[in-house]
Amino acid sequence: MKPDNLAMPDTASGGKWLNRRQRAVIAAIASAMVLFAVLGFGLALPGSGLDARLEIRNQPPSLSHLFGTDWLGRDMLTRTLKGLTLSIFVGLAAAASSVLIAAIMGLAAAMGGRYMDHIIGWITDLFLSVPHLVTLILISFILGGGVKGVLIGIAVTHWPAMARMIRAELLQLRETDYVRLSSRLGRSRWWIATRHLLPHLLPHLLTGMLLIFPHAILHEASITFLGLGLSPHQPAIGIILSESMRYLSTGLWWLAFFPGAALLLIVRSFDRVSEYIRLLIHPASAQE
Amino acid sequence: MIRSLLKFLLGKMLRLVVLLAAISILSFMMVKMAPIDPVQAYVGADLLKVSEAQREQIAAYWGLDQPPLAQFLTWGSAVLKGNLGTSMTFRQPVTDVIAERFLSSLALMVSAWALSGLIGFAAGAAAAMNRNTWVDRMIHWYCYTLAATPAFWLGLLLIMVFSVWLGWFPLGLGVPAGMAADQVTLGDRIYHMFLPALVLSVTGIATIALHTRQKLAEVLDSDYIIFARARGERGFGLFWRHGLRNIALPALTLQFASFSELFGGAVLAEQVFAYPGLGQATVQAGLRGDVPLLLGIVLFSTCFVFAGNMIADLLYTIIDPRIRSRDGGDPLEAG
Repeated sequence: MKPDNLAMPDTASGGKWLNRRQRAVIAAIASAMVLFAVLGFGLALPGSGLDARLEIRNQPPSLSHLFGTDWLGRDMLTRTLKGLTLSIFVGLAAAASSVLIAAIMGLAAAMGGRYMDHIIGWITDLFLSVPHLVTLILISFILGGGVKGVLIGIAVTHWPAMARMIRAELLQLRETDYVRLSSRLGRSRWWIATRHLLPHLLPHLLTGMLLIFPHAILHEASITFLGLGLSPHQPAIGIILSESMRYLSTGLWWLAFFPGAALLLIVRSFDRVSEYIRLLIHPASAQE
Repeated sequence: MIRSLLKFLLGKMLRLVVLLAAISILSFMMVKMAPIDPVQAYVGADLLKVSEAQREQIAAYWGLDQPPLAQFLTWGSAVLKGNLGTSMTFRQPVTDVIAERFLSSLALMVSAWALSGLIGFAAGAAAAMNRNTWVDRMIHWYCYTLAATPAFWLGLLLIMVFSVWLGWFPLGLGVPAGMAADQVTLGDRIYHMFLPALVLSVTGIATIALHTRQKLAEVLDSDYIIFARARGERGFGLFWRHGLRNIALPALTLQFASFSELFGGAVLAEQVFAYPGLGQATVQAGLRGDVPLLLGIVLFSTCFVFAGNMIADLLYTIIDPRIRSRDGGDPLEAG
């Protein structure tokens, strides 16, 4: 969850035999590998770790169960990896839909004329005026929770800032010579929007998705933690953490510590990937 | 000055009214589409004891047998008179629930808000004054890690360390368990509020710190700072005399504009610590399908966020003399 206005490149001179671009590539690859490793293990692990085995319940972390086991004897490492995989997919889907909404809204605001611009600006303000978490709770409640509720909730709450950015970008772009020329040549707004503006937007959409994803995954965990998100039968980090609350006072610290730390690691490595990818896509902003 | 202020406030109020109207219509429509049967939610565990005829009575009592539009009109006209209905879970008027819960949330939010502002501002200023040194990089790393931390998980960790292992702080709740309300001292409340406030403050620190660093870095690149340095000023004196005033206002404004995140963070922090505030009531309303309370909280939190943004706008236009003197001196016309 990166406060998004500041790209802070590592300004130290660092290694002598690699320039910053090369170091960015390497760091991005390394962080991406962490993500893919989690995804790979999460998908490939057999479900047997999730079966209740009461004879090994409540075991602290050991070599055979790196993250320990819970009160039913389920392996916490398996639960964590499965949960993270689910969270990553939900986060990606939500971030992608959010960016899609933002792109449509931004394009419509910039190209749809003055009234359209006013209306969309007003809708954007409307969505920013209720706290995200309250909107999420409301939408989850309306859709009866579950993956659908979380997905729609996150998609609906995260687009406004992005839409504003796209609109501002497009308003500038609209005044460029080639777009003006195109419109003088009699091209329709729709033609200009799809042929001239949209291709220019694609890298912005990618970076926008990278920026939204950490927010999305953390909000998914939060809403699930509150009991309004994914169902308790699904392996989700939020479920694991809310269940662990009952065992805090009995000293089963590993139930909460490792899953949360793993989530933190995922968000942090995604942050790094997105930071470096942005440096690579927009080299001009890298000096900020 | 007074006239333009009034005009500003009037404009804002108008916007708020339109906003609230739109939000009530939208959320009421959406709530009516929810698959959860409100009668069912009200009956809850007494499922088997309630007959069909009683259900109809309940529905008639809450007005649930009317068509949605009629329901909205009834609800809407009651809201206009300041009556938000009765909460099904608390069996109290929604306004009472919100007022009572918000007071205890307010204490939590104000302390967390001040804490995050101070820590964030100090960290950001320290980072900018020591730009490109290890201090800067440490603070940066810390901010990004903090921003990537699920706040409720941090709450769980604090409970484990400080409440379970060390036993320094209570496990949760707003007041000591099993004590009559009039026996609870202010000290008890602060003692119970400490950890939740700490967790809640975390959500705001990173934003304010990174913003402050950026602003101060810009200021430090300016000519007058170069001149001040040339005169031999440096370190804290330089920051105090030339930096602080320039960055304090943007930071304060940003802090006021962050009420939305503050409210969301309070929901999580209160849930972790079982702190009896408005956030916890929001979660209960969502979980139990308490529609009147949920709608009331949606409207209330909208006003809360709106107030924060309005103060931020006011700060921008009133306090900064440069903005005041622009365009011949009437700051609020533009706002």
